[in-house]
Amino acid sequence: MIFVIQKGTWVKIEQQVLDSTQRAPQLPDDTKKVPFMMWTKGFLVEDSEMNGDATVETLTGRHVSGSLKEVEPSYDHNYGTYIPELIRIGKDLRKERWGGDING
Amino acid sequence: MAKDFSYEAVMSRRPEIMKASVGIDYSQFEQDGIGFDYERMMKETGYTLAEMQEIQGKTGVGNTPLFEMHNMTALARKYAPKGKGARIFIKDEAGNPSGSFKARRAANAVYHAKKLGYKGVIAATSGNYGAAVASQAAMHGLKCIIVQECYDSHYVGQPEIIEKARKCEAYGAEVVQTSVGPELFYIFLKLLEETGYFNASLYTPFGIAGVETLGYEIAMQFREREGKDPDVVVCTNAGGGNLTGTARGLIKAGAVETQVVAASVDLTGLHMASDTDFNRKSFTTGHTGFGMPFATNPDRSDVPRSAARSLRYMDRYVLVNQGEVFYMTEALAQLEGLERGPAGNTALAAAFALAQEMDENQIILVQETEYTGAGKHIQAQLTFALENGIEIFFGNPDDEVKGKNIILPENPSMMKARDVDMNKLKASYIKNIAAKAEDKVLLEDDITFLVQETKSTDDFVRDEVKKLGYQVRQN
Repeated sequence: MIFVIQKGTWVKIEQQVLDSTQRAPQLPDDTKKVPFMMWTKGFLVEDSEMNGDATVETLTGRHVSGSLKEVEPSYDHNYGTYIPELIRIGKDLRKERWGGDING
Repeated sequence: MAKDFSYEAVMSRRPEIMKASVGIDYSQFEQDGIGFDYERMMKETGYTLAEMQEIQGKTGVGNTPLFEMHNMTALARKYAPKGKGARIFIKDEAGNPSGSFKARRAANAVYHAKKLGYKGVIAATSGNYGAAVASQAAMHGLKCIIVQECYDSHYVGQPEIIEKARKCEAYGAEVVQTSVGPELFYIFLKLLEETGYFNASLYTPFGIAGVETLGYEIAMQFREREGKDPDVVVCTNAGGGNLTGTARGLIKAGAVETQVVAASVDLTGLHMASDTDFNRKSFTTGHTGFGMPFATNPDRSDVPRSAARSLRYMDRYVLVNQGEVFYMTEALAQLEGLERGPAGNTALAAAFALAQEMDENQIILVQETEYTGAGKHIQAQLTFALENGIEIFFGNPDDEVKGKNIILPENPSMMKARDVDMNKLKASYIKNIAAKAEDKVLLEDDITFLVQETKSTDDFVRDEVKKLGYQVRQN
């Protein structure tokens, strides 16, 4: 099934800037093995297919082409999960500084 | 004919792109031999302290509060020999508009761009500087593009860098992201050429001079509050601009007795350009991956001559481990009621150990904090480390293996500041810079330059260049 995303939608596109053979000579092997990629956000200039060729107009008015990677990209980075060590650090430090019973 | 924007073509146009985008002809400061006139560059292309204070003041930058860390000091004294344990202070730079001291650098760079008539600014940075430039561009009505290295080849992004992208976008900037690799520089040059925007490099004279206000403020605040200058100022060190600018500001205030100490998170063993190591680092700045190469070869930056030359001002360089910085980040919250970003607390971790070497009546200052938020937070970073197979446990921080584990100190008494051998560092700088000399011949002026650059003596430099097989002749 082909998803067509409408012109004017805010999207993220992906572009391969250099393939693995074109990478800088001084790089470590693991980096040399993979292509150098770039991601840009902007408004779709034309109706485009998901993962297909697409051109966007960025916030500074540049036109950049690549493949359509994400539609209406947003952020989901967070404060992580429960880290038991942090509770222990807090308890230890309060005890070291204030003595025995500060936490009850 | 359309301009050739291939990798080779753009990289070969580097000098002209730089000249057009920074507005400085660096060649005028070059001397015969390997040196250049640093002070003349700073004087002729920078701003005076009074001008900088005005520029920064108009955008709400600077005059951040100074806090005494009473509980940290009390704790440090528990582990210090009798009579030892200096008073620990912190300069809360997170209070700047964009949440870090980088606002000082950006304020000057963006003001300068506007003055010269540029329509926009571009900076290549994965750090707080991006947000600082974006914030200033918003205030001055300039367009802004931030280029950041963010994802590994599996499109897994470093949470701290993703947060900085979000912050840049919050200020209306365009963020261009890349995978791991120094080829980011190609994208950066191409964008400069394509847009004609100003290169708001971290390393221009006006950017570095922007930090001088921080050093100056420190001296003034301490004189007003304590009637004396701080004995030691600890700077988290990466590219060297923070330390350079702060030290210059202290000197301008006449605080010449204050010792300036660099502190970095030790990430020895992790390769900065490695795709697999990229997400095994729990710190994206303030670490040895930047600190060491920039100290020993400052002109590796994105301008021909970097204004950040940390060895000129550094009295001492100490390293701390990741687990210790995380521990102190938690301590800052739990003991002092200040929740601040992890990377900026590198100097704090060092100061906690260094204070224990100093007398009780002395003062040690941590000269920055940075904002904290989703991704850019101790809990987010530790979670990300666990997801990348890094072990986290309590133990002796000395046993930490970078990229494999994070060792939180079993007890605060285990916090350490590990000295880098300054003579080795200086020798390494001399080796790197002398290599630019032709036919292994250095001029007398080169010796003078190397002495200034390494804050060392004539004898030391002559000894080192002799060991390296250089001849010295009159200019």
